[in-house]
Amino acid sequence: MTSARKSSLDIETPEGIVFSYPLATPMTRSLACAVDTAAWAGVAWLATRVANAAGIVSSDWASFLGVILYFAISIGYAIVLEWRWRGQTLGKRLFGLRVIDMHGLRLEPAQIVLRNLLRPVDALPLFYLVGGIAALVSRNGQRLGDLAANTVVAHERRREVPDLEQIASAKYNSLLSWPHLARRLRTLASPEAVRLAVEAVSHRDGYQPLARIALFADLAAYFRSLVRFPEAAFEGLTDEQFVRSALRAIFSPKIS
Amino acid sequence: MIIDIARFTAAEQPYWDELERTLAKLETEPGLRMSLAEVERLHYLYERCSADLARLDTFSTEPRLREFLESLVSRAYSQIHETRSPLTIRWKALLLAFPRAFRRHLDAFRLAMGITIVGILFGWFAIRVDPQAKAVIMPFPGLMGSPKDRVAKEESATTDRLKGVRATFSAELMTHNIQVAIVALAAGITFGVGTLILLFYNGVILGAVAADYLGAGQGLFLAGWLLPHGSIEIPAILLGGQAGFVLAGALIGWNSREPRITRLRGVARDLFAIIGGAACLLVWAGLVESFISQYHQPVLPYALKIAFGLCELAALAGFLGWAGRE
Repeated sequence: MTSARKSSLDIETPEGIVFSYPLATPMTRSLACAVDTAAWAGVAWLATRVANAAGIVSSDWASFLGVILYFAISIGYAIVLEWRWRGQTLGKRLFGLRVIDMHGLRLEPAQIVLRNLLRPVDALPLFYLVGGIAALVSRNGQRLGDLAANTVVAHERRREVPDLEQIASAKYNSLLSWPHLARRLRTLASPEAVRLAVEAVSHRDGYQPLARIALFADLAAYFRSLVRFPEAAFEGLTDEQFVRSALRAIFSPKIS
Repeated sequence: MIIDIARFTAAEQPYWDELERTLAKLETEPGLRMSLAEVERLHYLYERCSADLARLDTFSTEPRLREFLESLVSRAYSQIHETRSPLTIRWKALLLAFPRAFRRHLDAFRLAMGITIVGILFGWFAIRVDPQAKAVIMPFPGLMGSPKDRVAKEESATTDRLKGVRATFSAELMTHNIQVAIVALAAGITFGVGTLILLFYNGVILGAVAADYLGAGQGLFLAGWLLPHGSIEIPAILLGGQAGFVLAGALIGWNSREPRITRLRGVARDLFAIIGGAACLLVWAGLVESFISQYHQPVLPYALKIAFGLCELAALAGFLGWAGRE
């Protein structure tokens, strides 16, 4: 265990490709755990009620069934769901989390069983304090069960194909009137800055008005500093519109 | 340099879709056997998507497309590079996995047994030296009284004190004992210290009870009471302890040059087999304790109960020692 906590788990394939899983934060995991606790407690309560109904035949055997069902559900809830849903329980599914193997390989039933059987230690002394501390101090945010089973809990990535229309399509773009400058902008823009601008455009409606103005002013200043477009290129454009035009110029197929 | 994302997506989309469909099929049917041509196609699609991801890494900044491709490549990677055979439920193999795993880690079992014996000796001497210690050591109020009085009461009982609650009692015993075995395994994560304490304490209780009853000349009653279920229950708790020490051993990694992750990966299936086997044994022990152990002479002769317990112990030893030997 080390104190340098990582935000993602990087895996390099033998082909030299690196992919990463964004690791779940202890807070998200706690919320998922709370949902799961409520879920299994609800199912266990329902099961014991059903078992009690068997008391018509024999109250002793109904009680036997109730004790066994409660125990089996409390132990087996997470094991069965993580096995059937490939690393997800109800809570994890709700918060977009998934248990994955440390090496990016298929999750084995033995790993699922082991990580869940270690919950009694992680849950000590109350409310998963030991597991929470372990997750906070371990490099990959693992509780003790995860450390033993070689698993991590990661955020599930969105699998839908991205909608590129928002950035890549353009109706009229004043910057494209100077294709040589647009090409120069594409060459000089750093991938990090472009990524930031794409994120800013994607989430623009979620910002506070003043923060939005300040953010796009900074981004526009950055793009303007790279290439000197004629004044006519900026005419009537706000900073935000300029940033969008710059992104369209960067991704536009027309100037390749 | 930036690639033309729209053109790139349009050209590669059919391959991504095909890989997505193949992976979805493999993930929903883990036991699926693919033909050679299908495997080759999967490998081709994986390599193509990997190349797309590498291209995107080098020339583009589109984060969402990158996320999508990473997701595809990571899923394909887990299918293609997995070398462990998928766990399929074959009952015979599953049954034999338990004794085989037990034998592979015999030293851990010996350690668990040794610590329990030390605990027994401690409990024995504690009671012999200071009978007042009984109040501290004995976990159940039922054991606090005089053994002679208890034996007299049990042997002269005319009513069945478990009547109407026998099954419930067995369920409580099963679940409690399985929890103890699980905790013995889980406590291995404390580098074995937690497992050691649990086994030692378990031994202390056993030693104290034995000293109390043998000291009162009630050895026959003790054997008849404990052997039917204890011959299975005590080894099952030791198996939980064995699993805990196997886990601790993999964490510590004495005389091993392998990284911790590899060591833990190497024992995961064995831990699964051992604790699964111990849980099954404890279900049996719970039934025996409730339905047989609690009935004494003259209802059930001690000789019969002792013989039954010894037979169980011999059968368990035979199963763990010889079943599945190659």
